[in-house]
Amino acid sequence: MSHAQYIPLLIFLVIAILFPLVTLAIARFFRPSKFSKSKLSPYECGIEEITEARENFNVRYYIVAVVFLIFDVETIFLYPWAVKYRVLGLFGFVEMGIFLLILIFGYVYAWKKGALEWE
Amino acid sequence: MMEGLLNPQTFMVFKVVVVFVAVLTLVALATWAERRGAAFIQDRVGPNRVALFGKIRIFGLGQPLADGLKLFFKEDVLPLNVDRVLYTIAPVISFIPATMTFAAIPFGKPFVKNGIQYFLSILPPDTNIGVLYIFALAGMGVYGIIIGGWASNNKWSILGAMRASAQVISYELAMTLAVVGVVISAGSLRLDRIIEAQNGLWNIVPQFIGAIVFFVSMFAETNRLPFDFAEGESEIIGYHTEYMSMKFSMFFLAEYANMITASGLFVTLYLGGWHFPILDSTVIGSVVAFVIKLLFVLWCFIWVRWTLPRFRYDQLMRLGWKVMLPLSLINLVIVALFYAYGG
Repeated sequence: MSHAQYIPLLIFLVIAILFPLVTLAIARFFRPSKFSKSKLSPYECGIEEITEARENFNVRYYIVAVVFLIFDVETIFLYPWAVKYRVLGLFGFVEMGIFLLILIFGYVYAWKKGALEWE
Repeated sequence: MMEGLLNPQTFMVFKVVVVFVAVLTLVALATWAERRGAAFIQDRVGPNRVALFGKIRIFGLGQPLADGLKLFFKEDVLPLNVDRVLYTIAPVISFIPATMTFAAIPFGKPFVKNGIQYFLSILPPDTNIGVLYIFALAGMGVYGIIIGGWASNNKWSILGAMRASAQVISYELAMTLAVVGVVISAGSLRLDRIIEAQNGLWNIVPQFIGAIVFFVSMFAETNRLPFDFAEGESEIIGYHTEYMSMKFSMFFLAEYANMITASGLFVTLYLGGWHFPILDSTVIGSVVAFVIKLLFVLWCFIWVRWTLPRFRYDQLMRLGWKVMLPLSLINLVIVALFYAYGG
């Protein structure tokens, strides 16, 4: 295994980083810049803001993130199995069936606990 | 022909440049097609006025160019209470994975010249990481959104960013699970093997449920209508409320580049990649077949946007967690059963 295979990706990465940076930098020389105080205020449909923008957010976003984390890790575990599945045959099927049952159990639990509710 | 070009090093650089330029050109074309398509669906004319050199109109194809120039010459204000560093790099962060994801997609059939094999994808397929690479980079997309929203320090931006990230991760799960079925049938993470495995029968037929889950998730992943809660033009303006000028256009480019990559991915995983009867007998024909399929899926994005109304956020989450996720599990079990007994 050599890392030379990843050189094209590296070139692509450099282009993908340089493109936005260079366009942003060049645009500096062409765009107007007229200072005014109201331009600097946050966009609030013309009304002065009265509270901080970074307020508490709904706890459901947090729950979704946690549930996602668990299931995503479990999904990634499925990939090595999927690659070799046709070699493993029935053994692989039963084994992953057990794994999937645990996953589904967790999913049903989360559902019953109302972690997936969103009103 | 192109003898100088056909040594592995120059070919590699050539590929990278061509793909990058092609994706950006497609982005420009997509913005034009979006507005013309909207006009067509709503029985309007759409942008047709922009003329190159004051004469050549060609259906307003110069519109994206004019828009780009306009954005380029716009003033770029750095609002007072933003986080300066994060605010500036967020558009760049969302632009990079949007274009980089395309690197893994094979856009034509490999060919042999002078005993060396040439692959038409930037990431060499023998790195064996195709599918994982794509999901890793697609997962990075959410960082640009959430950093941009948070750094803006604006209520609309934060709301948009929260919604967008919750939505993206919810559908990513269903998407990843749906693709497990494709990996089983190809027995490899290599996208070229996945395409080869579809020779004769595209995955969309045997794995219809998975294809539907992937297709729906694509819209949620790219924040497109009917799931465009990150923007929701008529309710909140979204995570790029505080953005303008070139920084805004970076987000815009990223959104369209994401659509193009998602289309390319759907073509690769479910529509047989560059396979097409007759056309794929030559290398150029296979590239043409891939591009035609990609454009068709891209058109579906536009088609759906101007046909369906927006969901409600709770409907979106319910669909993602309670319909798409079980569906992708069912798809996985069906595929696994099929290959345990039939294949």
